[in-house]
Amino acid sequence: MTSKKLNMKEKYSLLTRDLEWEYSYRDYEEIFKQESFEGIKITDWSKWEDPFRLTMDSYWKYQAEKEKKLYAIFDAFAQNNGQQNVTDARYVNAIKLFLTGVSPLEYQAYNGFAHTGRQFGGVGARVACQMQALDELRHVQTQIHAMSHYNKHFDGFQDFPHMHDRVWYLSVPKSFFDDARSAGPFEFMVAIGFSFEYVLTNLLFVPFMSGAAYNGDMATVTFGFSAQSDEARHMTLGLEIIKFLLEQHPDNVPIVQRWINKWLWRGYRVLTLVAMMMDYMLPNKVMSWQESFEVYFEEAATSLFKDLARYGIEMPDYAADAIAEKEHLSHQAWSIFYNYGHAAAFHTWMPTDQEMDWLSEKYPNTFDKYYRPRYEKWREMEEAGERFYNPTLPMLCQTCQIPMGFTDMENPTMTSYRQSVYDGERYNFCSNGCKDIFDYEPEKYVQAWLPVHQIYQGNCGGAEMEDVLGEYYRINLGTDNLDFHGSPDEARWNAWHNLQPAEDKLKKAS
Amino acid sequence: MSVAAITENYTGERLDRLENFHGNQVIYIGWDQHLMFCAPVALALPPDTLFSTLLEDVLPGAFSQHPDFAAVDWDAVEWHLNGDEFKPQPGKSLIEQGVDHKSSIRFSTPGLDGIKGSGS
Repeated sequence: MTSKKLNMKEKYSLLTRDLEWEYSYRDYEEIFKQESFEGIKITDWSKWEDPFRLTMDSYWKYQAEKEKKLYAIFDAFAQNNGQQNVTDARYVNAIKLFLTGVSPLEYQAYNGFAHTGRQFGGVGARVACQMQALDELRHVQTQIHAMSHYNKHFDGFQDFPHMHDRVWYLSVPKSFFDDARSAGPFEFMVAIGFSFEYVLTNLLFVPFMSGAAYNGDMATVTFGFSAQSDEARHMTLGLEIIKFLLEQHPDNVPIVQRWINKWLWRGYRVLTLVAMMMDYMLPNKVMSWQESFEVYFEEAATSLFKDLARYGIEMPDYAADAIAEKEHLSHQAWSIFYNYGHAAAFHTWMPTDQEMDWLSEKYPNTFDKYYRPRYEKWREMEEAGERFYNPTLPMLCQTCQIPMGFTDMENPTMTSYRQSVYDGERYNFCSNGCKDIFDYEPEKYVQAWLPVHQIYQGNCGGAEMEDVLGEYYRINLGTDNLDFHGSPDEARWNAWHNLQPAEDKLKKAS
Repeated sequence: MSVAAITENYTGERLDRLENFHGNQVIYIGWDQHLMFCAPVALALPPDTLFSTLLEDVLPGAFSQHPDFAAVDWDAVEWHLNGDEFKPQPGKSLIEQGVDHKSSIRFSTPGLDGIKGSGS
């Protein structure tokens, strides 16, 4: 007698590979139109090793169990006024940055994997992309829910999807994903699946989630745990796509190498936001950006590229440039946000004496020499009632869209300038990486929606900065933006925590 | 190949064409060794703006918060335009001396190296 119940292997086969059918009345090229234009050659899709080995029914069951636990903790966090137990109200600005800058990328990743999966002739890759698309959708939802409690008590959370599409610094992560999603399906997989999810993900998630743990943010750290097993699957898929492409045909090697070069640089530039978050926005520091970069990029990438060497893949060209910047990146990024703190939807501030000393200790070669004098001057200005804000809009890099605040590592006090002339027009860049990416595909990057140029073209509300920031960006002026000192966030926080001494007094009196 | 695209001869819309700026052109100006201003600034100005107007009316608005600004000897300033050495003529317009749309100008002020000589 045969069992009525399928065993795991049968179920897996029936619910994944067996979903494929023969195309009898349409040409393959017509069905999978995007499979060949990038120059990638696939000779045998059946060689795709399914990295997830999950079927949809077990996926639902597993994720539902995780969500039950997750939402129980969110409820407990809210009921216990968890927002009052973070280390300091300044910390909350790190998650404002996460919600406006990173969570919408999860949604972009969902769109990207859903679209990309459809373009592959191989059923294994299609199912894998579908699973990842669902994970990404779950991540954006659970992140919004994790952080929604803070929206009741702090400013700057209210319009995150609107802001993501418009605000100048959010164009950095947004354009990164737009770039990936408008590429072909194989480039998308190398960009997001491999470069971002495999190589760089630890530099993004570990700092934010450990930052949450170190700073009493149980809601966010619990989201992090809930996403961890998904991320592990995503990393496996990222590595699988690279190995599959490289094993399919030798002609794929130089194409994949160029994509790795490009996307590691693009991703690294987006991580500038993480660098400053780690060194400046966490009241309790986890580790410095430099330390994190050494562990999660230098060591991890070195061993990864050693593995990939047998396919003829080398360490990306720009890794040396990224390594050279590690003692400067976070300070330059924080300087940008301090300059334009009037135009940001979160608060900025100067580090305390103790924090400056921590920075000196962590960055002995650079902090006291280059950055401490600048900060002391800014603090002096603030104490004199003239907190420094840069009154003029910054020059942006055409590719990464970050203000040109990076310097030449041979001469760290000199701005790094690069320029190309294409079709009679000048384009400016922050680095060799960004310039080379433009030069290879200029017809793509001439379309960059650079926030500063859009303001000058009159496409972002009125001519006055208040119209741009208030109406077009929907930043509540005087509330969401400006320095932390003097903000309503700070005032509320102080009010909460003055309650404690008042209660103590009552206890003593009685 | 100027882009990997599914349509042949794909061209992208140039979003920052000169004619989109309503009679202005964009120029960028950075002050070397003064990174208190985190990046070069972007300005939208008519191409026939005199260089003297830029010096007298525009630069103070951008850079005068820095204590070094009042001490700048403008005759000693060294200029670069799009990476090359440049000797601006104050009585001529931007466009007459090659400062065209999305040109990048940097200037250095010998002897003034920012807050306590730190390049800020």
